[in-house]
Amino acid sequence: MVEGALRAGCRFFAGYPITPATEISEILSVKLPQAAGTFIQMEDEIASLGAVIGASLAGVKSMTATSGPGFSLMQENLGFAIIAEVPCVIVNVMRGGPSTGLPTFPSQSDVMQARWGTHGDHPAVVLSASTVRECYDLTIKSFNFSEKFRTPVVLLIDEVVAHMREKMVLSDEEEIETFNRVKPTVPPEWYIPFEDTPSGIPAMANFGEGYRYHVTGLTHDVRGFPTSRSDEIGPFIARLHRKISQHFSEIQMADFFQTEDADITIVAYGCVARSAKRAVIEAREKGIKVGLLKLVTLWPFMRSAIEKVLQTSKILLVPEMNMGQLSREVKRVNRGVAKVYALNKVDGTIITPEEISNRILEVS
Amino acid sequence: MPEVTKLIHKYLRHDKKFPHVWCPGCGIGIMLGALIRAIDRIGFEKDEIVLVSGIGCSGRLPVYVDFNTLHTTHGRALTFATGVKLAKPSLKVIVIMGDGDAVAIGGNHFIHAARRNIDVTSIILNNSIYGMTGGQSSPTTPYGMRSSTTTYSSIEQAFKISELAVTAGAVFVGRGTVYHAKLLDNLIEKAVLKPGFSMVEVIAHCHTQYGRQNRLGTAVEMMEWQRDHAVEAKKAATMKSEELKDKIVIGVLVDKELPVYQDEYEKIRERAKGAGAQK
Repeated sequence: MVEGALRAGCRFFAGYPITPATEISEILSVKLPQAAGTFIQMEDEIASLGAVIGASLAGVKSMTATSGPGFSLMQENLGFAIIAEVPCVIVNVMRGGPSTGLPTFPSQSDVMQARWGTHGDHPAVVLSASTVRECYDLTIKSFNFSEKFRTPVVLLIDEVVAHMREKMVLSDEEEIETFNRVKPTVPPEWYIPFEDTPSGIPAMANFGEGYRYHVTGLTHDVRGFPTSRSDEIGPFIARLHRKISQHFSEIQMADFFQTEDADITIVAYGCVARSAKRAVIEAREKGIKVGLLKLVTLWPFMRSAIEKVLQTSKILLVPEMNMGQLSREVKRVNRGVAKVYALNKVDGTIITPEEISNRILEVS
Repeated sequence: MPEVTKLIHKYLRHDKKFPHVWCPGCGIGIMLGALIRAIDRIGFEKDEIVLVSGIGCSGRLPVYVDFNTLHTTHGRALTFATGVKLAKPSLKVIVIMGDGDAVAIGGNHFIHAARRNIDVTSIILNNSIYGMTGGQSSPTTPYGMRSSTTTYSSIEQAFKISELAVTAGAVFVGRGTVYHAKLLDNLIEKAVLKPGFSMVEVIAHCHTQYGRQNRLGTAVEMMEWQRDHAVEAKKAATMKSEELKDKIVIGVLVDKELPVYQDEYEKIRERAKGAGAQK
C-alpha cells in the first residue's frame, strides 16, 4: 500500500493512530521524508482528512489511512472533498463495529458507510483489495481515479489483508500508469474552475499557480461562488454524479474466475474472495459448476458484472463479513432472475472455504 | 484616486455578486479592511496568499477577496491550512475564524496548530455569539449574558481566546477591536510576518444578535463600549487584576521565538535521506 502510494506519486500523508491501520502511518513517516514528501500526525481523523484536502489543493497527491471509528470522523470532510472536487485517497482498514467494536479483528462492515456515510446526495468511488499485490495496484488506481475524476477515492481493505504477508515482485521497469490531474491551459482570466465539460470533469488549478479561485463546501456556481439559484444548483449536483456515471466502464473493475459455465456464482470481495476461490476449486473437484465473481470496485456497484454471471448462473451466493450490505445490492440488480443467498458472519472471524462450501451444498 | 478605492479595485473580486452577506454595521468589514491594508503594506503578491475560513459570518469573508480562497467545514479551517502550508511552504496562509469556529467545534485544532507551531496566521473574530444561525451562545459568551439558547442567562464561563493561544504555545498573540482599526492593521501585519503560529483576536460587536438580545444598543454604541473598555497591554501590566476585570487588554500579548514546524521538518527530510542512503 505504501509502495503503491509512493509509486503513484503520493507525497503527503496526514493520519491519526488507529488499529489496524497504524502500520501505514508508521512506514510512511519513514519513507515520505526520504522522498521529499511530508508526513504529519494530526490531532484526530477530522484534522487528518482536512490536512490531506489542503495539501491536495496546493498540488500534492495526498492520502490518509484509518479504520472504522476514524472513518466515521472523516465523513464530514469526505463530503467536502466530494463537493469541492478535491482528489485524495482514504484507506479504510475495516474492523468490527459499531463504535470501538473489534479493533484487531477483521470485518467488512463499512461497505455502506463508504457509500453513504457522508450526508447529501453524492457519488462514491470505493475499491476493495483482497491480496497484497492488489493493495499495491489499487492504491495506484485509487490515486489515478481521484486525480482523473477529481473526487476522493476510498480503498477498503480488511484486517486480514492489511496484516497479510505475501510475496510480490515490484520492478521499477514495470510499466505502471500514473495519472496527474488535468491543469487549466487557458489564461487565468478565462479559467472557470467548476466548468461543465463534456467529461463532467473541470480542469484543476493548484493554489499558488496564478489561478486564484474560490473553493467552498457550499453548493456553488461554475466560478466556485456560493449560489442559491436552483438553475445552478441542479446542474451542479447532476454533474457531480454524471462525471462518475459517464465513466462507469473505466471505474468498475471485477475479476471473473470460472464463471463462464457456472451454475452457481459466488459474489465476494476482500479477504472473503480468497476463501471463495478455494471453495470454487473444491466444488469443481466435486463436479459442481461454481464460479467466483470478485468485485474490485464496490461503488459504483457493478451491475454489468452481475448481469454477466446471470447469463449462466441460477444461484448467486454472497458471503460477507457483515449482515448483508452488498447482498442487498446484488438482489436489487438480480431482479428475481436467480436465487440470491447470503452468508453473513459478524463474529470477528473470517469466513472459511469450508463454510462457503457447506453453504454451496445447502443452496445447490 | 483615494487610497481606499485603489485597495478595493486591487483586492476585491469584481466578478463576485455583491452585496455581501453581513449586516449593516457589522465589524467583519473593518477586519477585512485591516487585513487588506496589512497585506498591501507588506506587499505580498495576491497569488502568494491563501485565505482559509470555516463556517459562519466570518467564514464568508474569503469569497470577496482576490486571493486563493478556501471556505472549509465548520471549525476545520486550521486543518486544511496545515495541509496547504506543509504541501507548499512558499504560500502565505491566513486563516479567518469566528469564536465558534476557533474555540468551540475547532478548539482542538486550534490548540494543536499553536502547539505544533505551524506557520499560519489565525485571525479570530470574537463577537461572543453565533451570529449567522441566529444568536446562540458561544464559548465566548460572557457569564450572565443572554443568547437565544441562554434566554435566562449564560451560566458558563467564557473562554479567553488570546490567553488560550498563549497557553497553547502561539509565538505571536495580539488582540485588537474593530474600534481600534489602525491597531488592527499593525497587529495583522506583525502576525502575518511572524514565522510560526501567530494569532490576532479581533473583538467585534454583533449588534444584530448579541447586542439586541442583551440590549447593548446600536453598532456605534457597541463600538464605543470597545473604546471605553480597551486597555493597552503595556498599561494593563501596571494594573491590578481587580481593575482589569471588565477590561479588554489590547496590543501585542506575546511575541517569542520557537522552532517552526516546516523548518524542523526540512531537517527531518535531510536526516531521512541520509538514513535512506545508508540502507
